[in-house]
Amino acid sequence: MALLEIHDLTMKFGSLVANDSVSFSVEKGQIVGLIGPNGAGKTTLFNCVSGFFPPTEGKIFFNGEDVTGLPAHAIARKGAVRTFQVVHPLSEMPVLDNVLVGSFLREKDIDRAHELAWECLRNCRLEDLAHRLAGDLTIGQKKRLEVARALATRPLLLMLDEAMAGLTTTEVKESVELVSRLKDRGLTLLIVEHIMEAIMPIADKVVVLDGGIKIAEGPPQDIINDERVIKAYFGEKYSRRLKESGQAKRYE
Amino acid sequence: MKRKIERKDWLLFALIILFALLPAIPGIRENSLTMHVILMIFLMASMSQSWNIVGGYCGQVSFGHSVFFGIGAYGAAMAVVKYGMTPWPGALAGAFLAAGIAVLISWPVFRLSGHYFAIATFAIVEIFNRLFMVWYWVGGAIGLDYSITEQGIVNFVWYQSKVGYYYGALVLLGLVFGVVRWMERHRIGYYLRAVREGQETAEALGVDSTKAKLSAMAVSAFLAALCGAFFAQYNYRVDPPMVMSLDMSMKFVLVTILGGTGTLFGPLVGAAVLVPLQEYSRALLGGLGGGVDLIIFGLLIILVVVKQPKGVVGIFSYLRRRMVERESVGKEND
Repeated sequence: MALLEIHDLTMKFGSLVANDSVSFSVEKGQIVGLIGPNGAGKTTLFNCVSGFFPPTEGKIFFNGEDVTGLPAHAIARKGAVRTFQVVHPLSEMPVLDNVLVGSFLREKDIDRAHELAWECLRNCRLEDLAHRLAGDLTIGQKKRLEVARALATRPLLLMLDEAMAGLTTTEVKESVELVSRLKDRGLTLLIVEHIMEAIMPIADKVVVLDGGIKIAEGPPQDIINDERVIKAYFGEKYSRRLKESGQAKRYE
Repeated sequence: MKRKIERKDWLLFALIILFALLPAIPGIRENSLTMHVILMIFLMASMSQSWNIVGGYCGQVSFGHSVFFGIGAYGAAMAVVKYGMTPWPGALAGAFLAAGIAVLISWPVFRLSGHYFAIATFAIVEIFNRLFMVWYWVGGAIGLDYSITEQGIVNFVWYQSKVGYYYGALVLLGLVFGVVRWMERHRIGYYLRAVREGQETAEALGVDSTKAKLSAMAVSAFLAALCGAFFAQYNYRVDPPMVMSLDMSMKFVLVTILGGTGTLFGPLVGAAVLVPLQEYSRALLGGLGGGVDLIIFGLLIILVVVKQPKGVVGIFSYLRRRMVERESVGKEND
């Protein structure tokens, strides 16, 4: 049984269909990449899965349970925790306290919550900044804080919404290493990402959305050569040219 | 890692000991006005601290706290005047009732975002004020006047000296500040601040924000009602405009803002500035007509909000940071 199963998920905002009957599943221990051009409905899908929007139609199963329409905090409690694309630091609180808010989900005792928080800070290399106000961090540090905070809840499924966008090349590399480390420890990840170099080498499966519809699903090397995907990303003319020059083979 | 007692705890403890020893000084004990001013500081600090739980830590600005304060005051007064009991069961019943009403009022509005909570709390002050004005069972517009009972802790009234009230107010202060300090150090304190700083983030991390806000509101109203009960006992009477008014509600808010919202010592600092200002200006400038204290206080608030939105406590912590920075710069130069 898959850890996360999405069945025919449809999300409408008035007449705008942001997700149209999207189905896919995330197996335990996998890294699944969710990609697609701007406005493809990736973040909306995230919001539905994490309980921020109740989906218009369709079902979401997490760990065998129907979690469709549950509030966000209930879904987090069940073990599916997300980060935000636009970072949401708890600005007036120190970095450590930010992470503590996460660790209190599983550890009620303040000392044990502290231990857990420090462990997550070290994982995300934030231990030197623990006593700074979260609002004073750089964007890269804030993105790491998002991850540290989510990790502190001891999730089963970690959903990263463009955790690497806007980072320097070195920072992206570090994040990729962190994600692989987390996978090795048995964590399941669903990752929305624009940076192909980051997601393609580590993903077990990639799901591609375009205009709210799932246009492809499969292992990364298949996705890269999928004509519909290239078309969605680069347009028809470029996709033809790319094929002729054999550039699309680059990732294999 | 053992939980350590922080500097804040020592400071709070030392302050309470200091306050407990103050009446031992003859010059203070015999001066009725000084005693009155100090115990009003304790009361005002406790009131603002109770507001601080929901308004400061949790970031939900309530203009309705005079209602909870009033319910506590009426609870004590009804027990004494209508039922001939001691005020204690009335104060406790009032506190639970206030907590219940707080939850009932906030539950629907917490589901809305934006400023609806502030507006709704604004409205309930007027509703309760009018209701109590015409409700004869609780004394209507005339209010409830205490008859003379035996003085002492059982009836919580004293006639010749203010020492009893002084220690009563100090216990109240210790209780309210203790509760807030306890919250600060436990999960609920982190959750309240998380809700203030970003409700979506808090929810994403498994915080039930509605539950957090409602518990903050309930505890806050409970403590505010206890303050109200003390106020009724101290004045030997209660009537609607005295306790349930926007003026009174504003004091909860403004004292905390002046001292520093979301800080442990902010309410105490704010009360220590406002109460003497209010009481002495009333005593000295009373001839100029009412409201001089409020004019001065208004100016102070404008100054604080413009210069340092975190209040007087914010000014102190800013100065301390500056000092630390200067020291570290000094060390680098050596």
